[in-house]
Amino acid sequence: MSKIIPYKNIKYYTFAENKDFCLESGEMFGPITVAYETFGTLNEDKSNAVLIFHALTGDSHVTSSYDDDDSTPGWWDSLVGRGKEVDTDKYFVICANLLGGCMGSSGPSSINSDTNKPYGSSFPFISVNDMVNVQKKLVDSLGIKQLECVIGGSLGGMATVSMMTNYPDIARSFIVIASAYKTSSQIMAFYEVGRNAILADPYYHEGNYYGKELQPERGLGIARMVAHITYLSTTGMENKFGRMIQENVINEKLAYSRFGPMFAIESYLRHQSKKFIARFDANSYLYLTKAMDMYDLTQGGKKTLASEFSNVNKKVLIISFTSDWHFTPSDSWEMAKELARQGKDVSYINIESSYGHDSFLLPNEMQERAVESFLKNVGGK
Amino acid sequence: MKLPKELVISRISDEVAHGSRVLDLGCGDGTLLKHLKEVRNVVGYGIEIDSNAILSCIKKDINVLHWNLNDLPLDFPDHFYDTVILTHTLQQVLRPKELIDEMLRVGKEVILSFPNFGQYKLRFKLLTGGRMPSTATLPDKWYETPNIKLLTVKDFYDFCEENQIEILTHYFFRKSKFGMVPVHNFANLRADVAIFKIKRK
Repeated sequence: MSKIIPYKNIKYYTFAENKDFCLESGEMFGPITVAYETFGTLNEDKSNAVLIFHALTGDSHVTSSYDDDDSTPGWWDSLVGRGKEVDTDKYFVICANLLGGCMGSSGPSSINSDTNKPYGSSFPFISVNDMVNVQKKLVDSLGIKQLECVIGGSLGGMATVSMMTNYPDIARSFIVIASAYKTSSQIMAFYEVGRNAILADPYYHEGNYYGKELQPERGLGIARMVAHITYLSTTGMENKFGRMIQENVINEKLAYSRFGPMFAIESYLRHQSKKFIARFDANSYLYLTKAMDMYDLTQGGKKTLASEFSNVNKKVLIISFTSDWHFTPSDSWEMAKELARQGKDVSYINIESSYGHDSFLLPNEMQERAVESFLKNVGGK
Repeated sequence: MKLPKELVISRISDEVAHGSRVLDLGCGDGTLLKHLKEVRNVVGYGIEIDSNAILSCIKKDINVLHWNLNDLPLDFPDHFYDTVILTHTLQQVLRPKELIDEMLRVGKEVILSFPNFGQYKLRFKLLTGGRMPSTATLPDKWYETPNIKLLTVKDFYDFCEENQIEILTHYFFRKSKFGMVPVHNFANLRADVAIFKIKRK
């Protein structure tokens, strides 16, 4: 009961049919399906591949360059595609739906072949490292020995950090954008509010709501609203919405008749929540946000950033945005500084932007130029 | 301000050991680090605040870190770098003493260059014109100059004396119609640019 996937060129790779994939928790799991898309052409010596990790609620459709129409925009159209900075005329771009997601890869809404029913809450607990291990399998299955680059933003950036530390030779370079090696307490708090909204939804039914007429949509919607606030910034919201009133919904049912007119920001959050409900699964949201919150490269201080970065031996570019308070510039600086302390090839740029965490998904000339210049020097010749 | 490039760069690179670990504070577009990487095979990092300059470094394949030099301390361990370099930026930071202290802490040696405000043309212009002088080396008006802590060669000697800093080498240059030429005598009067290599006593 995955969401309907509108991407024509989506491909599936299934492995661990014998339930022999070991999750970080120690649990054996399988079969695992990875839904992925590729863009561009893999060259003869398979040296021009770029793996891109999507963020929390993204999917495999990183670019719409190869679509017949514009009904399915790519989530990173500003940066990836034909003639873009990550040029699919030059690179073979791979983007797969994360394990635990709901856009084709194995997740709580997938059918458990043992029961012929969706897993629901019986889907195993998964971690960022699990998501990365699964995509490593995918890269191997494509016969690619070494990628030109691994790129990811936000949760995708964490996955990139995981890839870089667990498989330091899988790529010749890594780009970590608007990310961190662990989630701050403040951001965990926001996601916990979101998860509670889902869990408190009367239609959540302990996660086994598939096939039922009523779905935990209110909970999921509220979770999205809360999270969305963390993707914006004070200035960004003030500039875009201020105290503007959304006149066109004033007489609609939606408008607060008892509490007065609806502000533009309220209407915007409701709109975002509505859009999200249509495309996302509540269980996937629980699993993925929890995996993000749980990710900590230092394992709660048991390890040090220094020891975890000691294996890194390829070029790294770290990008943050000044107004991002979801994964702050200092989160990025911590990683950049540690890599520099170890004499690794690392560059770090903190890009001026008022769009908060969302900045990395929006057109941004600085980000585009940084990625382009960096990639030019990677050279998988 | 524009760095009088070639000669200063070649003098600085003479003072940097082969294969050493270098931190270039206010590295600009990475020209110096690129040169040091090529001729001295250094492991180098630049610190820069200007995004466009950072992009130029990335383009040149120079490791660069976005950081504001007014945010002290520098986030590196003691004596982590063999050489810490600061070219023509000292006069632009808010707390030059703290910055030099930090450079001497994270670096075993420090190379720095600055425009000499004691140069006779500047003195003459201030004396006769009665206004803040502007020259090719220090071209900006007082209200828009990034050069907020100007100093002379003598000031720097005094500073080193007062702060237990040993001067290992110095170079002085003046602008002439043949480009930058070395100055051997009366440096505080004649030099446009001073380069010092220092370490903690």
